[in-house]
Amino acid sequence: MSVMTTTQHAAYDTKVEGNIVFTQVDTAINWMRKNSVWPMPMGLACCAIELMGSASSRYDISRFGAEVMRFSPRQADVMIVAGTVTYKMALAVKRIWDQMPEPKWCIAMGACASSGGMYRSYAVLQGIDNLIPVDVYISGCPPRPEAVLEGLMRLQKKIEAEKSATSQFKKS
Amino acid sequence: MSSANTLASQFGSAIIEQIDFRDETTLIVDQESAKEILRFCRDELKFDYLVDISSLDNLGTEPRWEMVYELCQLGNGTNEHLRIKYALGENEKADSVCDLWATANWHEREVYDMMGIEFTGHPDLRRILMWEGFPFFPLRKDFPLAGRESEMPDVAFTDRAPLEGGPFVTSPTSASTVHREPRSRDMK
Repeated sequence: MSVMTTTQHAAYDTKVEGNIVFTQVDTAINWMRKNSVWPMPMGLACCAIELMGSASSRYDISRFGAEVMRFSPRQADVMIVAGTVTYKMALAVKRIWDQMPEPKWCIAMGACASSGGMYRSYAVLQGIDNLIPVDVYISGCPPRPEAVLEGLMRLQKKIEAEKSATSQFKKS
Repeated sequence: MSSANTLASQFGSAIIEQIDFRDETTLIVDQESAKEILRFCRDELKFDYLVDISSLDNLGTEPRWEMVYELCQLGNGTNEHLRIKYALGENEKADSVCDLWATANWHEREVYDMMGIEFTGHPDLRRILMWEGFPFFPLRKDFPLAGRESEMPDVAFTDRAPLEGGPFVTSPTSASTVHREPRSRDMK
C-alpha cells in the first residue's frame, strides 16, 4: 500500500466514511498490474528448471504475485523466455507472443535467451530480442532463482513508471 | 574365431583394412560389398544392435564421404563391438540398412539432414533436426560455423552468428594441430 499516495481531503473523513484512499489512475492501475503479473513460462532449456525452482516453496515467486503460470498465452502478462531459442522454435515463440493480450512484457531469462549464449551457431537465434521486445534481461547460465526474482522486481519497477491510463488520452 | 577373422575369410579382398586399437576393431571395407558385410554381421555374427551410424566429411580428398557403422552384440551377452567404415564418393548414394536394423531409419535421416548423404532404399528420407526446406547441410566442412542466411516464410529463418574472429573449427589436414585448429580463421 505504500505506493498509493494518501492525501488529506476536507470532504471525506476516513474514520467516518470508511477506507478511502486518494491516488492517481496511473498509480492505481500500475499497482494492480505489477502485483499480479501472470507469467507465460516459455521454458526451452535448463533455465526452465531454475524458473520452476523460483516458483516452488523455497523461493516462492508468489510473494511477488507472479505465481499464476499460465500455459495459455491469452491469460498471461509476461513471457519469461527461459532457455535456448533455436531457429526452429523462434517463430513459434513469436506466435505465442503475438497471442498474448496487451499490456504485455517480456523477460529474457539467461544467456541464451538474451544473446544466444554459448551457441554461436547456425541453429540458434542470437537473442530473443531479434523477434520480440524484451523488458528485462537476466544474466546467468542458468540464473539462480534469486536472479529471477530480482528480474521480476525490476519489471515491477518498470511497470510502476508506465503511463497506463494517461497514455490512452491524446492532448488536444 | 573373432568376428573380424570370420569376415576376412568370408569376404576376402572386400575387407580393405583391419585396425585394432585397445580391443576395438575397425574394418574398412569396400563400398560395393558393405551392405552384404553388414547383413552377414547381423545374420551370422549376431550383431543384433546397431549403435550408431555416422559420417565423415574429408573435404578436399576423394572420395569425400566416409560412412561409419557401429555394431554391438547384445543378445548373446558378449557385448562385442565392431566398427565398419567405407568410403563414399561425393555424388554417390549409400545403401540404406533400414531393412537390417529398424533403428537405422532415424540415424540415416540424421546423416542426410546434417551431411546431405542420400540413402537408396530408405522408406522415409526426410530431415530430422532441421526443418523441411532448410537449404543447407550444416555439418559439411564447407558450411561456415556461423551459419548462413535462409528464409522459409512462416516456418523458420536463419541468420549469421557473430563469431568474433572465429570460427574455431578444425579442418581435415595431416599437418600439425596449429594448422588444424588455429585460434582464428577467416572464412569467406
